[in-house]
Amino acid sequence: MEELANLFHGFAVALQPYNMMLMLVGIMLGVIIGVLPGLGGANGVAILLPLTFSMPPTSAIIMLSCIYWGALFGGAITSILFNIPGEPWSVATTFDGYPMAQQGKPGEALTAAFTSSFVGALFAVVMITLVAPLVAGFALRFGPAEKFAVYFLAFCSFVGLSKEPPFKTIAAMMIGFALAAVGLDSITGQLRLTFGVTELLNGFDFLIAVIGLFGIGEILLTMEEGLSFRGGQARINLRVVLQTWKELPAYWITSLRSCLIGCWMGITPAGATPASFMSYGIAKRLAKRGGNFGNGEIEGVIAPETAAHAAGTSALLPMLSLGVPGSPTAAVLLGGLLIWGLQPGPMLFVEQKEFVWGLIASMYLGNLAGLLVVLTCVPIFAAILRVPFSIIAPLILVLCAIGAYSVHNSTFDVMLMLVFGVLGYLLKKCNYPLAPLVLAIVLGDKAEEAFRQSLLGSQGSLGVFFSNGLVSSIMVLGLVALFWSAIAEGYSRLRTAVA
Amino acid sequence: MKPFIHVALATATALCAGGIEARAAWEPVRPVEFIVPAGTGGGADQMARTIQGIVTKHNLMKQPLVVINKAGGAGGEGFLDVKASSGNPHKIVITLSNLFTTPLATGIPFNWKDLTPVAMLALDEFVLWVNAEKPYTNVKEYVDAIKKAPTGTLKMGGTGSKQEDQIITVAIEKAIATKFTYIPYKGGGEVAVQLVGNHVDSTVNNPIEAVAQWRGGKLRPLCVFDAQPMAYSEPIAEGKSWKDIPTCKSQGLEMEYLMLRGIFMSPRASKDQVEYYIELFKKVRATPEWQDFMKSGAFNTTFLTGPDYAKWVEAEEKRHEALMKDAGFLAPAN
Repeated sequence: MEELANLFHGFAVALQPYNMMLMLVGIMLGVIIGVLPGLGGANGVAILLPLTFSMPPTSAIIMLSCIYWGALFGGAITSILFNIPGEPWSVATTFDGYPMAQQGKPGEALTAAFTSSFVGALFAVVMITLVAPLVAGFALRFGPAEKFAVYFLAFCSFVGLSKEPPFKTIAAMMIGFALAAVGLDSITGQLRLTFGVTELLNGFDFLIAVIGLFGIGEILLTMEEGLSFRGGQARINLRVVLQTWKELPAYWITSLRSCLIGCWMGITPAGATPASFMSYGIAKRLAKRGGNFGNGEIEGVIAPETAAHAAGTSALLPMLSLGVPGSPTAAVLLGGLLIWGLQPGPMLFVEQKEFVWGLIASMYLGNLAGLLVVLTCVPIFAAILRVPFSIIAPLILVLCAIGAYSVHNSTFDVMLMLVFGVLGYLLKKCNYPLAPLVLAIVLGDKAEEAFRQSLLGSQGSLGVFFSNGLVSSIMVLGLVALFWSAIAEGYSRLRTAVA
Repeated sequence: MKPFIHVALATATALCAGGIEARAAWEPVRPVEFIVPAGTGGGADQMARTIQGIVTKHNLMKQPLVVINKAGGAGGEGFLDVKASSGNPHKIVITLSNLFTTPLATGIPFNWKDLTPVAMLALDEFVLWVNAEKPYTNVKEYVDAIKKAPTGTLKMGGTGSKQEDQIITVAIEKAIATKFTYIPYKGGGEVAVQLVGNHVDSTVNNPIEAVAQWRGGKLRPLCVFDAQPMAYSEPIAEGKSWKDIPTCKSQGLEMEYLMLRGIFMSPRASKDQVEYYIELFKKVRATPEWQDFMKSGAFNTTFLTGPDYAKWVEAEEKRHEALMKDAGFLAPAN
């Protein structure tokens, strides 16, 4: 067990007082960054990266990765309390987290989210520790066709399992695809749908759309309902954490399934966002109380959070072993590695043992430290909801505006956010689901790119999506998920017929 | 380690002393925005963040230098932003070849002459890479293999569409009278990994993007698109160094291409202001961190300022226009 010896050496490195201190500072900064929507982990790490150049590489990466963990934890806070996801992978958390908060159970939702994040991340780190060399090469098998198949599966498992009227789901998704198409077409290098407006060169950033659709849209709805904020009776003591913990083991199947989905999606460089959506969609179908998802089911918080963190953590594996960043934050960390003179790639695990295992050890410790920090703060976060709406709403508005501005330092984006807010309000009034729209904005352009890259490579033949075992099985899974209701109905009819 | 610190300190002191007269003229009075017209993690971004780190560590500026990515529209967003900041000396931009290719391919209202040239920091090399499992070990064997395969079945992976990688691909096609299927990806690192996974047949990655895979024995360099071999003779993999990679020209592949890594600032900058930044980058170039960075990416370290720099950029613009016209990459409006 050479790995284990290396890991203990790593713990020794990470447990040095200086590194421990950096770890705590990183977590604190990360939580603050995560709470501010729009700032996000990638920007936070990018801003702080230059500060770390004078530190030894191992200490620097420990601090930066702790900022990353902190931001991941922090992102869940605004999703649950205000319905504003700070990161793409927190979107699915809002579906049940926010209703829970409105029903006076913000403490339970936050505890479930934080604990599941920890479980997901821990599962992924254990996997990295034990099987890193085996799975590192798996990402290499993912060409464009395989990537498209994964996105396809994410869309299908979400759509096929949706309880909304299919036409409304499809309409919302098509709006999302149209928005995702704006900007530069990366295959031909041409500008699309910008109508000569230079601000649209970049397309619609997901974060601005989400801050508007969810955050501003929600404020408009609440205003209409008479300025009442229903989180008023939130219990605010630490007992809520323990009570929630008692409930959690009952959901171990969802947890384990989400861990597996997350790790798989993280290693296949598809990323945390499809993982969280897919995990939520599958949990909705398979859970006993799945029919009640969207109305504040704790399982609906556990599933996406676990998968997102398992994916986010295991995404560091392809970054270290192949140099492919699985997320924007990982991309900034990758830049940091190069500046410290470390070349990510197949040789990193061989030549820079101390660094790699120090980082892995810090993942264990950083996550644990992060969990303790955020759990002790649960009552404080939950208490925010006791503040009257007339005071908190302007604050949220300001926060949203700062968030939207900080994505590209552009005032145009703040306007755009307000427009999205109105759109979100209208869609909700007409009972169109927002989730498929958001999913299409986030994954639409990536799916399109992978699809067209595959067809370029295959000279236009669709057979490329069934050209080997890996891609065929993912595509078939996707089709099964898409037509699940029909298949299930057919099966039960068949059984009645036989009986 | 000790003597090294002394040298570094001495250099730093000397540089500070040298900088005083230049600073007397003009210096930033608020934070300077350092625009990167590309995404996080790419070559330009890495260079900008390295510079930011060096400036912070050696205290080369009194005001902070803040890196901001404006990647939209293949970098058009960043260039238009700097163009719109006329007369604001607190904004500089690092460029790559999209300085030419983006306006030519998309027709956005921008030309490098809208900006004030500051300095060329370095030139980035391009190398022809193949998967190490493949039988061909030199350009000739590779070209023979391409010619034997049915037209269009061999895939060339590259970063972006109608940008440097595809321009080089078209030039190779011309040189050996064949056709590749060019597949554009988002970033250079991804391209290198696609080659390792055999999803494409060759790439023209920059050294820094593919070096890790070369050292891991996954990729093989065939030739460099420069007039002479690269200068770095330290062994990298299998006892070979960057210097041992032959030029493509010497192998019968007639193509030279280097990518600008240079600095521009906003329009209507005064001479003092340009001078300030030139001095700043001279100091950056003198640091050991910069030299390490140059070595790790096997950069061509040519440094140009003033009229020489402008002349170089002008010639390069003409060349890009010709290359892109040949390839049919120009926007309809041009």
